[in-house]
Amino acid sequence: MSKKPSKGGAPSLDMTPMVDLAFLLVTFFMLTASFRMAEPVTVDPPSSIGEITLPDNHIMVTIDNTGRAFFGISNAEAKVNALAKMSEKYGVKFTDQQIKKFSGLPSFGVDIKDLPRYIDASENDRMKFQPQKGVPLDSVNNQLKDWISNAGVEAVRIYERAKDQAKASNQEFKAEKPRYAIKCDSKTKYIFVKDVVKTFTDLKIFQFNLITGLEAKPTE
Amino acid sequence: MAEIAEGGGGGGHKGGKKRAKKQSTRIDMTPMVDLAFLLLTFFVLTSTFSKPKSMELTFPVDDKDPNVKNEVKNGITFLLTKDDRIFYYEKEFKAKEDPEATKLQELTFDQSSLHKYLADKNKWATDQIKTLDDQFKAKQLADTTYKKKVRDIKADPQAPTILIKTDDKATYKNVIDLIDELNINLIGKYVVVDMMKSELDLINEKTGGTP
Repeated sequence: MSKKPSKGGAPSLDMTPMVDLAFLLVTFFMLTASFRMAEPVTVDPPSSIGEITLPDNHIMVTIDNTGRAFFGISNAEAKVNALAKMSEKYGVKFTDQQIKKFSGLPSFGVDIKDLPRYIDASENDRMKFQPQKGVPLDSVNNQLKDWISNAGVEAVRIYERAKDQAKASNQEFKAEKPRYAIKCDSKTKYIFVKDVVKTFTDLKIFQFNLITGLEAKPTE
Repeated sequence: MAEIAEGGGGGGHKGGKKRAKKQSTRIDMTPMVDLAFLLLTFFVLTSTFSKPKSMELTFPVDDKDPNVKNEVKNGITFLLTKDDRIFYYEKEFKAKEDPEATKLQELTFDQSSLHKYLADKNKWATDQIKTLDDQFKAKQLADTTYKKKVRDIKADPQAPTILIKTDDKATYKNVIDLIDELNINLIGKYVVVDMMKSELDLINEKTGGTP
């Protein structure tokens, strides 16, 4: 039998390797984690075998199960520029502070007239914001169409500019072209999706990425 | 618990106890480890690694030119409706001329129903693509040739063309499930289009819904 290592006193264990490991992992997770603000709606998309990763540069319309449409742009610059154009068209004024705050927001689902109030609300109030009926997209007042077209133009312009810059300085250009994405809840009636798709096709946009959860491919 | 080294430096008293020097200089790391693991747990639970996955879908160009007549060969039309029900008919819609041919058949989203039906329909293409797969894996085919051949097979006139039509009550999940099933069965030609009034009538007849 082995000898007793110590006499009396608290048995101590060398925790250094464990601590090393724990801190290594903490550091890793801290550096890889990216914090996002909560989306105004949670949607649970259906799953598919589609394996295409959504490009970072995208314009996304989220549709919840009651048919409300939420609009989001990944590129902050395109977002601000689109807001400026929308502000001009609909005659809604935004302060510099509001514009800055807007660029950090995730998707939103309010009429542009309510947007300044929505931006000013605190994060908790934004969740309960009224009226949050989704971005209007009926034929009389199709704000979604204007958002998509302005954001699309801006996103493509920013992409082209970055490409030209890369070309001028002989650097490799890796950014992806902006894509249009539709994220939709499983339970959403397809008719709501159809309305959104109609809005896109009216703008001569025919190709989409439909966000789906990942599902294993069945094996024979 | 706490076992902080005390003394050790003891230079105060000359001729102090010698045992004090032998005491270990290690400090208790338990609280630090506690904190480290707490943070670790937090980051593990809150971080999401995977970027969202997606499937690409192209919608048909909405051309209003009546002179362009799209002729669908080998077509199958799927009609989606409420309660996750799915109907289909093959070839063209001829409810008036030939009611028997356009009779709606029902399928379910089960592996044994929809999957089997589509697998049978597209057996020709799946077999060919499987042969190509084998050749590709055995490095007899280049990457680009393989992709081109697969694309050609999918676009071949022999392969079925699928029309997906939904009524007002079908859900998004049904549409995605159906498209997914088409992708699994390597069917490349499919399109989501509007439903005709006459088709809706046929569905209502089947489901007992009001027109």
